[in-house]
Amino acid sequence: MKPAPRFRGRRPVRRPPGLLLALGGLGLALFIVPFVGLLARTPWSDLPRLLSGEVATSALRLSLIASISSTGVALVLGVPLAWLLARVDFPGRALLRALVILPLVLPPVVGGAALLFAVGRRGLLGGPLEQATGLILPFSLGGVILATTFVSMPFLVITVEGALRSMDRRYEDAAATLGAGRWTVLRRVTLPLIAPSLAAGLLLTWARAFGEFGATVTFAGNLQGRTQTLPLAIFVALESDRDTAVAISLLMVVVSLLVLVTLRERWWKAL
Amino acid sequence: MVEGALNAGGLQARIVLQRSETFTLDVDLSIPPGRTAALLGPNGAGKSTAVAALAGLLPIDSGRVALGSGVLDDPREGRFVLPERRRVGVVFQDYFLFPHLSVMKNVCFGPRSRGVDRSASRARAGRWIRSLRLEGLEERRPGDLSGGQAQRVALARALATDPDLLLLDEPLSALDITTRTQLRRTLAEHLDGFRGPRLLITHDPTEAFLLADEIHIIEEGRITQTGSAEDIRLRPRSTYAADLGGTNLLRGTARGGEVDMGTHVLHIADHDLTGPVLLTLRPAAISVHLVHPEGSFRNTWLTRITRVETLGHRARLLTGAPLPLTVEVTREAREELGLVPGSEVWLALKATEIGVQPGISAKEPGRG
Amino acid sequence: MTTSNPRRAERSNAKSRLWLAAGIMAVATTCRAPDREPPPSGEPGQVTGELGGGILVSAAASLTDAFDDLATAFEASHRGVDVVLNLAGSSALREQILDGAPVDVFASADHANMDRVVESGAVSGGPWIFARNRLQIAVPRGNPSGVTGLSDLADSGRLIGLCAAAVPCGDFARRSLAKAGVTAALDTDEPDVRALLTKIELGELDAGITYVTDVLSAEGRVAGIEIPESENVVIDYPIARLAAAPNAEAASAFISFVRSEEGRVILERLGFVAP
Repeated sequence: MKPAPRFRGRRPVRRPPGLLLALGGLGLALFIVPFVGLLARTPWSDLPRLLSGEVATSALRLSLIASISSTGVALVLGVPLAWLLARVDFPGRALLRALVILPLVLPPVVGGAALLFAVGRRGLLGGPLEQATGLILPFSLGGVILATTFVSMPFLVITVEGALRSMDRRYEDAAATLGAGRWTVLRRVTLPLIAPSLAAGLLLTWARAFGEFGATVTFAGNLQGRTQTLPLAIFVALESDRDTAVAISLLMVVVSLLVLVTLRERWWKAL
Repeated sequence: MVEGALNAGGLQARIVLQRSETFTLDVDLSIPPGRTAALLGPNGAGKSTAVAALAGLLPIDSGRVALGSGVLDDPREGRFVLPERRRVGVVFQDYFLFPHLSVMKNVCFGPRSRGVDRSASRARAGRWIRSLRLEGLEERRPGDLSGGQAQRVALARALATDPDLLLLDEPLSALDITTRTQLRRTLAEHLDGFRGPRLLITHDPTEAFLLADEIHIIEEGRITQTGSAEDIRLRPRSTYAADLGGTNLLRGTARGGEVDMGTHVLHIADHDLTGPVLLTLRPAAISVHLVHPEGSFRNTWLTRITRVETLGHRARLLTGAPLPLTVEVTREAREELGLVPGSEVWLALKATEIGVQPGISAKEPGRG
Repeated sequence: MTTSNPRRAERSNAKSRLWLAAGIMAVATTCRAPDREPPPSGEPGQVTGELGGGILVSAAASLTDAFDDLATAFEASHRGVDVVLNLAGSSALREQILDGAPVDVFASADHANMDRVVESGAVSGGPWIFARNRLQIAVPRGNPSGVTGLSDLADSGRLIGLCAAAVPCGDFARRSLAKAGVTAALDTDEPDVRALLTKIELGELDAGITYVTDVLSAEGRVAGIEIPESENVVIDYPIARLAAAPNAEAASAFISFVRSEEGRVILERLGFVAP
């Protein structure tokens, strides 16, 4: 019948229930099978040549620059925004929070279109912007960063806002009674207390920015070396050069895995 | 701005603060320097609100909070000093030690926040760490401390800021009995050594009785009694206060040596008193008889026992109509007399044993 | 089923991407769907009896309006048949077919993509050229940057867009530029011609090269600048019935319709030229 449970330490170690194993295994397969398909289709012998080509290297460079910049912008603008949403009671706060979440719900292409209407050359703000400074955002790296920030910053705001709401504010009270002014409290008490959530938020933001496609192609266009990030390069290559597409896909998977696995360990150890 | 700690006067606070539709805190606290006052009351009485108001975490609606010669909060004059500018040291109930900082950094936090440089802060923190016998723990994180150690760190952290007023919000309630007893002594030492006024918030009467010079009983946002431990024990002015010492408290109307309680009449020694009175009947002063007692008792009546509680060598009997009371006898006596719930007994009480206080307190905390 | 709108909703990158994803995942090792019936050869046969069912027509993006109209007209005279249009870049459509998508009819915007499909043995009827197209420079209404010819596309001060090189529209555009000896100062390679047209219409781009039919279809929202014969390229549109067509009969009927006089009228109205 069932094997007797072994004892390790204090708790008996038993095999997980069969049904759980089966369903969990199926769930696992859902994630693994596509990667297996990708690996099977990879032109291994050609890989070095494909990955060192112009298309792959410039796409990788642009993707890294754009995703890291987006994460940076999200940090600088998102944390204050999260603080306002969590701590200040102002009229229309619920509406503002819904607006912040909107990019998560809308198809990215819609986001890209909205950006065009707002800051495109003929856009509401873009026109005056071009007149005043000569700056044109679409079809530029700046446009890529704007598009990816638009779709990924909500992750940071939501995560940090949640953390600020759920932290015990009496730590901040204690700090105040000890003589800390508001900036000191923020710097030495609040932010360190929400650091794990902040780190998780930054990671999610980067991941989303790294994989962004719809808003980027709609707003910033697609030009190798200037705006063609890895997802765009894959999309274009799929139609003409399957091998390159697969090679670049593999590259994206490897880079993503590297970042997610190493950073997760380091930043979440405190938990 | 408040003056420095050493020549400061005491605390003069009149606090009126509405927390909700149904609860308003309205208290008057006056604590001279070098004295410890306790704010003793049940949960929800408003103790934490008082702490928050004194610390500046909540502004008062009306009244005035002054420490030494400086005013901290005065709505009428439009004065309010931010918590970080007050020199009020607070030890919170759950300590709230910063979990990401070491013990040393926690204790240094106050001085550093006030602009003291790193080495001076460390020196000051080090003195308190030694004073509270926390050597060796400087680099530990709060998560690795025992309850007693954490409490002492919290105290050190508050004292390191050299405050003018020390507030301790239920400082020992998170600890087990043994640690609590040990720490009570440490706390008493350091309270004595502190030159400013100190306010101890607690719901534990033993703590209040042992550590405070003066006790303020707070119920439902009001102070119902102020006095020493003895005062409270012997002359409680509310049911809660009475329960603290385990005394019976009853109300009635006095006239010519008799007090009409509604359901019963008791004879008291004072024949001149007239009007509403509060009577205190010590449980140990009431004797229990199986037959109608003879003797000099002016008060005897028949009643039934509703409950029996044994506490060591004593037994506390709760009796029902006509006068619900707590009566205390020895365990042996209870056994000998065979007293159980339902037993019919005669109670006897000398008129001279009944404590009488004229007047009724502002609100009526009814017996449940 | 009588308006063209449901079909418009189906067209666009979303659907073709879905096909693409499904196709790649399930067919990563290049299995092919088995042939459903023995491949008939030669001309599409006579329509025999009542036609029914649905046909899936994969057509190049630049054929959007044309095939909308053709499908509507065909369904009007063949009530039992439901024409479903799958519109995307010709190369994307080619890949779907090679991956085994169950397509009945393929209409490509160039020979190259159709040839690849033919080479793989996936074609059972055709291919036949059913229309021709030419290139035109598309500019926003009012021509704000004053483009007059292909040489203006070399101006780096203007924002210039082309279709991606892998898409026929992009391929032909580059050939035309080469013919004219112009190196375009390119700012974006749009994945398909509709995306390019939208950006020009919005004024985000100053100029791009699209088909004549695309400029016409924009109904005045986009203006066209002629490209002279010497620099222009003729584009042939081949159409074919696929061997794996689930509904070969209806497929043949549809192709016949497209090549008929009635079909020709519809195409010419939209700016296509008779083959």
